[in-house]
Amino acid sequence: MTDHEVLDTLSRILGELLSADSLELTMETRRSDVPGWDSFNYINFIVAVEQELRVKFGLAEIESFENVGAIVKQIQRAKAR
Amino acid sequence: MQWLPLPTDFRGDLRAALAQVDAVARLEQLSSLSNRRLDFVQTIQLDQAVRRQATEGAATFQPLKLALLASHTVEHLVSGITVAGLRRRLLIQTYVAPYGQYRQTVLANDSPLLSYRPDFLLFSLSPQQLLASVPSTASSQDAAAAVSETVDMLKLLWTEARERYGATIVQQTFMNVAEPLFGSYDRIAAGAPVNVIARLNDRVVEAAAEQAVSVLDIARQTERDGLDSWFDRARWLQGKLEVSPVMVPAYGEILVRVIGAHRGLAKKCLVLDLDNTLWGGVVGDVGQEGLVLGEGSGTGEAYLALQRYAKQLRDRGVVLAVCSKNDPTIAHTVFRDHPEMLLKPSDIAVFVANWEDKASNLVQIAERLNIGIDSLVFVDDNPAERARVRESLPMVAVPELPDDPSQYVRCLADAGYFEAIAYTAEDAQRAQQYAMNASRETLRLSADSLDGFLKGLEMNVAYGVVGRVDLQRVAQLVNKTNQFNPTTKRYSLQEITELTADEKCVALQFRLLDRLGDNGLVSVMILKPSNTPAVLEVDTWVMSCRVFGRQLEMEAMNIAAEIARARGATSLRGTYMPTAKNGVVKDLYAKLGFVQVDQLSSTQQATHWLLPLDSYAPHQTFITRRLSVATAETEPA
Repeated sequence: MTDHEVLDTLSRILGELLSADSLELTMETRRSDVPGWDSFNYINFIVAVEQELRVKFGLAEIESFENVGAIVKQIQRAKAR
Repeated sequence: MQWLPLPTDFRGDLRAALAQVDAVARLEQLSSLSNRRLDFVQTIQLDQAVRRQATEGAATFQPLKLALLASHTVEHLVSGITVAGLRRRLLIQTYVAPYGQYRQTVLANDSPLLSYRPDFLLFSLSPQQLLASVPSTASSQDAAAAVSETVDMLKLLWTEARERYGATIVQQTFMNVAEPLFGSYDRIAAGAPVNVIARLNDRVVEAAAEQAVSVLDIARQTERDGLDSWFDRARWLQGKLEVSPVMVPAYGEILVRVIGAHRGLAKKCLVLDLDNTLWGGVVGDVGQEGLVLGEGSGTGEAYLALQRYAKQLRDRGVVLAVCSKNDPTIAHTVFRDHPEMLLKPSDIAVFVANWEDKASNLVQIAERLNIGIDSLVFVDDNPAERARVRESLPMVAVPELPDDPSQYVRCLADAGYFEAIAYTAEDAQRAQQYAMNASRETLRLSADSLDGFLKGLEMNVAYGVVGRVDLQRVAQLVNKTNQFNPTTKRYSLQEITELTADEKCVALQFRLLDRLGDNGLVSVMILKPSNTPAVLEVDTWVMSCRVFGRQLEMEAMNIAAEIARARGATSLRGTYMPTAKNGVVKDLYAKLGFVQVDQLSSTQQATHWLLPLDSYAPHQTFITRRLSVATAETEPA
């Protein structure tokens, strides 16, 4: 999967959770940039991503992702293992 | 949620539903999506779509208010609850009390629950607080004392919540999330956290049973599914979520099962296919001797296991029926003669074996039993038959039976169609009563005239005011009856108890007996003072569908008129409030001689009716009266 494909998947999942059809994430997007992406939806988002991409994040990682790019990179690392 | 079929195209279906112009059609299509196996993201999407809908005018859906009181995060459970509600045509509005403030929310004098007025109130607590107060070295007395303290606190909250808000209380058992400390010895060590939670659950359930509080047994559910699938330690630490987001759809389902059972939405009848469902093989092809059934082979035992489960359901009051594409004689012969058959002809209330369409056969079965089509569960191994029935009768529950017969029972059991909130002697006999009814129906077909049929039944009504022993059954009947129920008012056990103690009100109960047996307590009528002096209001009147068409409504009205007159009333007033299900009583008051008092220009849906008692001529019926001995003091003067 390219970073771009991962981004597309993350955008779709978050869009579904927030009922925002045209939501587009970039590597630089931060949670505070997206209306409604609160800690509650963040948990749902993380779990949905884990399920769909068959990866598992550590709690410390989840709590330290700075932006979407960090999530994408972590997914790529997990996939490469 | 394996019993629900997967959605074919969730996104497309959701979009199509939302594109519907008509609001009711939109809601209808959205609700059909709830009958699919949705993951938690889809569940959230469906919940959000439903929330944006106007629900006025959706008369075939029942609105309901729920309050969640928890010691941990429960906001995320709401989507699962909405969707599970939709699955039962309930529009559930959920109030979530502020995090951890379950005590304050119940006890505060300015509680938001006072204006919210929930119909149901759920206590969902995690065991951490109790565990913190019990050291693992605690003696059994100390551990027991700590458990008692928690149970006493809950009992107080139940009582207060019931009195203040009149809601039906549901208490969730405590999820046993404790880690092993002594190993298997945890079961013995009084202070071992695993043991403390287990004992707490035992005590909570006992107390709940005593106080008629309903239980949501999440402890048992997590045991069955595996604790790790429900409780994700990372989510707990991250946001104090006791239920993992993945399990939100399942949580909503098990909670709304309990709520639905209170509203009479549990299923009543299990309809079974035969070939490759109750036995292996097609009997028409291989003959009785060629069937795979019974001890000796694993597969044969798998079919037997389904029969055994069906029999257990029957013994607790679920009605069994057969619907099979088969030669009727051959099918019957297997029931009669096959030595390994556990189900006997007498277990089956209605037996339909023919070559007709199964959907129309199911309609007939419901008619014969005089129950709603939505009370049926249809079990069939054939995916094509299942799809056809779902298509033409979406209200029938059709579990997505797995291919492997060894998984049949698990699938049916997990689907939880027959959820109970109480179990009375009446319930145990219900299957038999329905079977008797089906034979009464046959009698009716053979009788020359309806009068001949009714006369031949030799009916008796035993009646009286509702007594203490009747309370459970009365509450059940009042809350579960949807058809013969002109006002569809619901009362909790508590409220009914208060009503029976109120001298200004009369709560009457009627049992119908006949030549074929006792139909049990089948009707309840509650009379209350109206705004007009000397006019008594028929506030609530419910009757079990088992006894429709037996003149009981007429005899009950005769009795009510006498009692009302004896109490100095000059008229009885009745109200008909139409719902999706009570069309059967639309003309009830007109038929009983009431006069409609609404002005013709009135646009409101409810109609009001008046029966002057001075000119009342009792209806002639074939029912003889018997006063219940225990309540002889209510005999009219």
